[in-house]
Amino acid sequence: MTSPAIHIQDLHKTYVVSEQEASATAALKGLVHRRKQEVRAVDGISFDLAPGEIVGFLGPNGAGKTTTLKMLSGLLHPTSGEVTVLGHIPWKREKSFLRQITLVMGQRNQLVWDIPALHSFELNRVIYRIPPEDYHRMLGELTELLELGPLLHKPVRNLSLGERMKCEIAAALLHRPSVVFLDEPTIGLDVTMQRRIRAFITEYNRRFGATVLLTSHYMADVEALCRRVVVIHHGRLLFDGDLSLLVQKFTAHKTIVVQLEECEADLHSYGEVISCADGHFTIRVPKAETAHVTERLLADLPVIDLLVEDPPIEEVIERVFAQENP
Amino acid sequence: MKALLDLYVQQFKTTLAAMFQYRASLLIWMIGHVLEPLVYLVVWSVVSNSAGGSVGDYTTREFAAYFILLMLVSGVTYTWIMYEFEYRVRQGSLSFALLKPVHPIHSDIADNVSSKLITLPFLLLIAAVLALIFHPTLSLTPWAIAVFIPALLLAFAVRFLLEWTLALAAFWTTRVSAINQTYFVLMLFLSGQIAPLTLLPRPIQVVADIMPFRWMIGFPVELLLGRLTPTEALMGLGAQAAWLVVGLVLLRVVWRAGLRVYSAVGA
Repeated sequence: MTSPAIHIQDLHKTYVVSEQEASATAALKGLVHRRKQEVRAVDGISFDLAPGEIVGFLGPNGAGKTTTLKMLSGLLHPTSGEVTVLGHIPWKREKSFLRQITLVMGQRNQLVWDIPALHSFELNRVIYRIPPEDYHRMLGELTELLELGPLLHKPVRNLSLGERMKCEIAAALLHRPSVVFLDEPTIGLDVTMQRRIRAFITEYNRRFGATVLLTSHYMADVEALCRRVVVIHHGRLLFDGDLSLLVQKFTAHKTIVVQLEECEADLHSYGEVISCADGHFTIRVPKAETAHVTERLLADLPVIDLLVEDPPIEEVIERVFAQENP
Repeated sequence: MKALLDLYVQQFKTTLAAMFQYRASLLIWMIGHVLEPLVYLVVWSVVSNSAGGSVGDYTTREFAAYFILLMLVSGVTYTWIMYEFEYRVRQGSLSFALLKPVHPIHSDIADNVSSKLITLPFLLLIAAVLALIFHPTLSLTPWAIAVFIPALLLAFAVRFLLEWTLALAAFWTTRVSAINQTYFVLMLFLSGQIAPLTLLPRPIQVVADIMPFRWMIGFPVELLLGRLTPTEALMGLGAQAAWLVVGLVLLRVVWRAGLRVYSAVGA
């Protein structure tokens, strides 16, 4: 078995934050004695990524995703636990490690704001010591895949959010990192641009065999890119496995869509009716009863068509996140 | 070494491009930079003229020479890192710098040197215009010019290292402006910016010799004006070298400690 590209074992990160009281007297007290509180941002998670894998890293805001990505890229020192990326300990920030990774944060930017992105690209070329031939080849490929052509010579501040994101991603990949951390790379982008960036990530992974760990709030990203997902909540691991298994594990219900000849039927006795329009009824039933209910529906009613579905992935994720203490 | 040189060359191009994006603000910066020494120059000229043509060991024309040279020296040695670092920490752009396989100070040195190279011709032009207006007396000696060059470079190096280190205060506090304010007031008095140090009371001169400020601005000016004996000049270079070492050590220690804080509390 090959060694994992990313290895996380019982990882913890605890922040100490000082609390501030709203009232004046309490605030004065705070001057003398700060009340400290510990926040466990990451509370004992473990998982591995094989080289070349694309994994979706999911969780609601504040679940500890960004904290984990920062520990993986060497920006944060873990409180305890073990992390290795390509055999390096990230927080040591060895040059040989930094040259092989990248972190794209959808809400932050690294490009120099006032001048064309090409200048920032050139800076990265010298910083990462990319040989000129490699640089030009890679720049050509990125320009083609992300359709950067007309953008490279415009000042970054004049680019739209989507255009800027494409340039950010290109800047982050010029040195052809073999491990890529993407923190909400499609945030705020329109659907077309999201799709284009998704296609690009797939292509980058395919072409260079890069390992990709991606966070996103858009389930379309996750469905399109990741077979495997890791879900965390309150700093703990909730799920690690196939996306389809996540659906199975966290949904106790299935939806049945029935098309009837008449619209006036009352289906409440079969399950929870979510909607009905033009003779199409959508009913939610407990998973265990699906077969039984289907049988009854077919026997009792003049059914034209019947479809049994898993609820949409958004709904599943919402339900997973809604569990306060799983 | 070659790689670092490439980085500096590329940074020069970037800085040049960025500066020309903001020609208006560059102009405003130039005006601001010239105005401060100009104010002191005018004040001291008036004082000197009303006192019969000199104050202490400075004549009106020597004041002119002093403040014109001061403008040039502070134009070459100043940095803006203390204003910028806090922003970097807060905005998280420091995180990007930390992800790069090069110490972030290199980009700052390169950026700083680049913008100096770009603004120096303008500063020299302004100095020439001021010279036409204020008729400074300046008798240059070859040895003073020869020592002036290393003194100026050392002044820049010391100022850059100390201010870069001080800027790291942003790792610990979000209220760095108070620190900056204190620093600049001390600098104003102890560097020779507000008045030549020889005009200040003796105890302040002693403090100025111990503190780094004189070695970052006043010393090269006094040197070129021919006000120092060769022994004093050598001792000055020695003081600069000492502060350079102190600056390097401080930078290393504070940077490491700061990174520990940064990587503990979050970027």
